[in-house]
Amino acid sequence: MRELTVKDAINEALVQAMEADPDVILMGEDIAGGAGRDDHPGALDAWGGPFGVTKGLATRFGRERVMDTTIAEAGFFGAAVGAAMTGLRPVVELMYVDFAGVAYDQMLNQAAKVRYMFGGKQKVPMVMRTVVGAGFRAGAEHSQTLYSLFTHVPGLKTVAPSSAADAKGLLLTAIQDDDPVVFFEHKRLYMEKEHVDEAPVPIPFGVAKVVREGRDLTIIAVQRAVQFSLAAAHTLAEEGIDVEIIDPRTYSPLDERAILTSVAKTGHVLIVDESYPRCSLATDIAALIADEGFDSLKAPVKRLTAPHTPVPFSPPLEDAYLPLAPKIVAAVRAQLGAGAAIGTRRG
Amino acid sequence: MSTARTIPPAPNGAAAGETPPPDALLAMYTTMLTMRRFDERVRDLSAAKAIPGYAHTYFGSEAIAAGVMAALRPDDWIASTYRCHGHAIAKGVALEAMAGELYGRTTGTAKGKGGSMHVSDFDVGMLGAFGIVAAGIPIALGAALTAMRKGTGQVAVAFFGDGAVHQGVFHEGAGLAMLWNAPVVLLCENNQYAEATAIEYHLNTSTIADMACAYAMPAERADGMDVVSAYAAARRAVERARTGGGPTLLELVSYRFSGQYEGDAQGYQPPEEIARWRERDPITTFERLAPERGISTEALARVADEVDRAVDAAFAAAERAPFPEPDDLFDDVYVSYP
Ligand SMILES: Cc1ncc(C[n+]2csc(CCOP(=O)(O)OP(=O)(O)O)c2C)c(N)n1
Ligand SMILES: [Mg+2]
Repeated sequence: MRELTVKDAINEALVQAMEADPDVILMGEDIAGGAGRDDHPGALDAWGGPFGVTKGLATRFGRERVMDTTIAEAGFFGAAVGAAMTGLRPVVELMYVDFAGVAYDQMLNQAAKVRYMFGGKQKVPMVMRTVVGAGFRAGAEHSQTLYSLFTHVPGLKTVAPSSAADAKGLLLTAIQDDDPVVFFEHKRLYMEKEHVDEAPVPIPFGVAKVVREGRDLTIIAVQRAVQFSLAAAHTLAEEGIDVEIIDPRTYSPLDERAILTSVAKTGHVLIVDESYPRCSLATDIAALIADEGFDSLKAPVKRLTAPHTPVPFSPPLEDAYLPLAPKIVAAVRAQLGAGAAIGTRRG
Repeated sequence: MSTARTIPPAPNGAAAGETPPPDALLAMYTTMLTMRRFDERVRDLSAAKAIPGYAHTYFGSEAIAAGVMAALRPDDWIASTYRCHGHAIAKGVALEAMAGELYGRTTGTAKGKGGSMHVSDFDVGMLGAFGIVAAGIPIALGAALTAMRKGTGQVAVAFFGDGAVHQGVFHEGAGLAMLWNAPVVLLCENNQYAEATAIEYHLNTSTIADMACAYAMPAERADGMDVVSAYAAARRAVERARTGGGPTLLELVSYRFSGQYEGDAQGYQPPEEIARWRERDPITTFERLAPERGISTEALARVADEVDRAVDAAFAAAERAPFPEPDDLFDDVYVSYP
């Protein structure tokens, strides 16, 4: 069975999308690598972005389709919007989501709103790929997971795959989709491997994945939290606690039914996300469950997120910052304990 | 090919009579050598994974920070980038606090919260190092605005790279700086690469200094591989700012000997090109010119000895320093929060 890393799965999706459709182009900083030194054999494809995700594509498709840009995010994001409106399907890379600030206006106000404010007569089939995540000792400006900044905005779709096969299938869908899609890639998941079909099989948006079936408690896990939750599930299983893990995979649209169905089954829910807690995906999902799933709850909805602080640099601080498996284990135990107590009280 | 890569000849360099006296020159040499030794240590510790995270070394541009800072008053401000070690050392940030920060210890400039990309020290005029390209430009402008309003006579210098001139805030900052006639120096370290992108590709004016025309801003381009030339050019810009003459765009041309960050294989930089620029290494250039500038070989050796000891001591102390406690995570988010 053929295994691919998340990084290679994304690369393969880009290759297949570019082969299938000549209108697909890539833009980003150092995504080809070594621009301006075309006289030097080592230059082409020296980079492929800082994580090597687009490596090989410039050689394969040429610099006309794999375009290195200057450090002008507002410029090339806006160009992507315009190109998407007029017939291309640009896939643009924001090297780290932390740089969203300088690119954001084109996403927030142009990409997201063109369709609506022009009365449904236009479309913006672009994809913004970007890198998120702590755990790299990269400090406050290179470690954020700003999912909610984009999920908040009507008109944008958001995707955050946690595995290689999902990354490939969801990226294929994102590129074929006629709306602007923000595709989050977690830097600490790039080297994770699994079987990935060679054939290009798109995975539809708005369909959550049940990563692990269980009966006692539902964990809704956002991107890398799936990894943490699986480790926690292993420990909990030894104690006889059987958790179900749901990976929503896309956040706009969100598979509300899958979440509510699982909560109805277990009656307990913990939402795990390494993002800031305020106005976050975790908070959004908690609100959904409170609104629509209250009757099936045996205990209050719990969120396990990063604290309301920037991402710290120092290793012990960053480790304390993340919702790692031991914290999930403790939260699940507490949640089930609380549930039992409430069950008794309600008699 | 753009001329952005070629070193400008005199008169952009130090004019006759502008060469500082030997003791001042020796101080600049000390600064340069400290940066070099400090970052050599960073490179090794980073390769050994003893220092966590990204490390952006300053190899090749030492003359710029040493020359510019020698033209500043201690209370002048600078704003820096993720490639901040050289700037911080030249501005006078304590080596031990810097090493502590790189190690993520409580003795660090940010008590371990910032890391290599975010060294700061208000007490010596180091406003901080910002990880978003060009972000420091308007921040230095803001410091210049404070200096104007309060009449302190301070000057602010924004350090940024050649790649940063494509960011909106460079242009917005330049326009505002002229409008306000602000005492600010826009200091572009043209090390000829923005990550893996060579300047031939990304620059469409023939020099970065040319970009100042659009804002009617005085500009100068000088050799950034020779500390005397960097100092002389910086002095002109700083004096202009301090005497009410407003901003200057100063482009100092150097070369990035290292990759973008430690661990970057640098495959996009032709080895012959690196070798050619190595011949102009700011430190060996200084050593070669030292006798004719009135500095003895013994004096250089003494400095080398002092620098080695200072760098050793800083890293030794940092290694021994304690890590923060997990709960320290919650401090410093706000000044106050009920
Ligand atoms: C807004 C933004 N975009 C992209 C990056 C990623 N990045 C970090 S350094 C760099 C290159 C900067 O080159 P230059 O300005 O020449 O500075 P140098 O590193 O050569 O000192 C890039 C693109 C960033 N930090 N911020
Ligand atoms: Mg540069």
